[in-house]
Amino acid sequence: MIRAVLQYDFLQNAVLSAVLASIACGIIGTIIIEKKLVMMSGGIAHTSFGGIGLGYFLNIEPIIGALVFAIGAALGIATIRRKYQTHSDVLIGMFWAVGMALGILFIAITPGYPPDMTSYLFGDILTVSPMDLWVMAALGGIILLVIALLFNYFRAYLFDEEFTTVRGIRTVFLEYMLFILISLTIVVLIRVVGIILIIALLSVPPAIARQFTYDLKKMMLSSTLLGVVFCLMGLWISYELNIASGASIILFSVLSFILVSVVKSRLQMLRKVNTDTKDTQL
Amino acid sequence: MKNVIEMSGVSVYYDQICALDHIHLNIKEKEFLAIIGPNGGGKSTLLKVVLGLIKPDKGDVKVLGQPVRHSQSAIGYVPQFSSFDKQFPIDVTDVVLMGRLSDRIRLFHSFTKEDREIVEKVMKQLEIDGLKNRQIGQLSGGQLQRVLIARALVTNPKILMLDEPTASLDANAKTQIYAILKELNQKVTVVVVSHDMGAVSSHVNRIACLNKKLYYHGEAQLNNNVVRQVYGCPIDLIAHGIPHRVLKTHEGEVS
Repeated sequence: MIRAVLQYDFLQNAVLSAVLASIACGIIGTIIIEKKLVMMSGGIAHTSFGGIGLGYFLNIEPIIGALVFAIGAALGIATIRRKYQTHSDVLIGMFWAVGMALGILFIAITPGYPPDMTSYLFGDILTVSPMDLWVMAALGGIILLVIALLFNYFRAYLFDEEFTTVRGIRTVFLEYMLFILISLTIVVLIRVVGIILIIALLSVPPAIARQFTYDLKKMMLSSTLLGVVFCLMGLWISYELNIASGASIILFSVLSFILVSVVKSRLQMLRKVNTDTKDTQL
Repeated sequence: MKNVIEMSGVSVYYDQICALDHIHLNIKEKEFLAIIGPNGGGKSTLLKVVLGLIKPDKGDVKVLGQPVRHSQSAIGYVPQFSSFDKQFPIDVTDVVLMGRLSDRIRLFHSFTKEDREIVEKVMKQLEIDGLKNRQIGQLSGGQLQRVLIARALVTNPKILMLDEPTASLDANAKTQIYAILKELNQKVTVVVVSHDMGAVSSHVNRIACLNKKLYYHGEAQLNNNVVRQVYGCPIDLIAHGIPHRVLKTHEGEVS
């Protein structure tokens, strides 16, 4: 496959997009699972389907439509939640379903042949275009920059929002910023794993990383590396077996998670048994 | 002695439900005050009003003579430690350093040498410097509570406010925490919110009894009459394990 990567543009694009997606997903994924926003991210992702539909209907780049809808959904959920103290569960559910419904509606009223939506729903890393790559690189750069600029504040906000507010730091600003970053991440990931599979790629690498480190920065870094491994392995499997890349990436990541968790708990048990027998010998 | 916190006619409603009803409360400098009352009696709400997290529907709150918004740096806040996500990837030093974040957001912020020295000093004072690289989930309740007190102290507060600082701690740890607070009280005003009457009564010098209304505010000597009014039923006033005071009889409502 390595020779193929050197030979074909589409494979080079695929590898590059895997790396870009992993950076966004390592950083934001870590934040999402620490702030317990996994379902919120799923909601934003599904709402963006409406934007893809609108993109086709207006004959503009669908990914731009997705970007607009994702940011709209993020800001909408954040604002309504703050103003009316609604359960975010209910809100997320509504945005989730309405976004999908709008997407289907727009596709239906788009004149001509209905486009194939599977690559947006389930991702197809092998069809990433140079235009997609530029969008992904720009968004990934923004995510990296914002988190680097405000890292200490974000950590304080994630750990103890109330205390940070009492200190006079504008946590509302941080919250909106975070939600926008989440929607950017989702747009970066749509081409790689698709709307439906995004939450797995966001949550699996940090869920593995947090079993091995207690440091937020290290967790982001190792999640990014794990993301790269998962994406490239998934890409290879998808290339060899000729199946959709989104599915192979997600299945490979989740299998790795199960494997790591089982092995780790086994090792811990073994260590415990060892120390126990030592104790009785002494 | 001057007042550091002045509340006059403060009322807070959640939708239609009244949480605080016309509270008048002045807290004096260097006072060690415990606000006690049953769960749902508005203790945490009162704390949040003073901290500026909740805006009162009626009334006026001043901290050090200033309206709440501009005085936040005067208060060191110690939240309930039981409400934390103990899995969060952060170590003790980083938690305490949080207290050194200033309200002005600076890009590429990193903590200065001075910040780190202050943090080091306070951690020594509270005897948690041996734990500085521990992840917070590896601490006992009493240790975590001291970490949170340290974080509040590095903000250089004039007033220390603690929400249920001894809830779910054993008797030994409770005594330690109150000993620390007593020592700190020589320099700062300490306000503790608690439903644990036993632990409170033998350590603080003034108490305020709160159940929507402020029923009593004064010396830390309660009689059963007041307690019955606040809690709605008689409650055992004997403190365990600590030299407890003889409770004087005391009539009347608010001082």
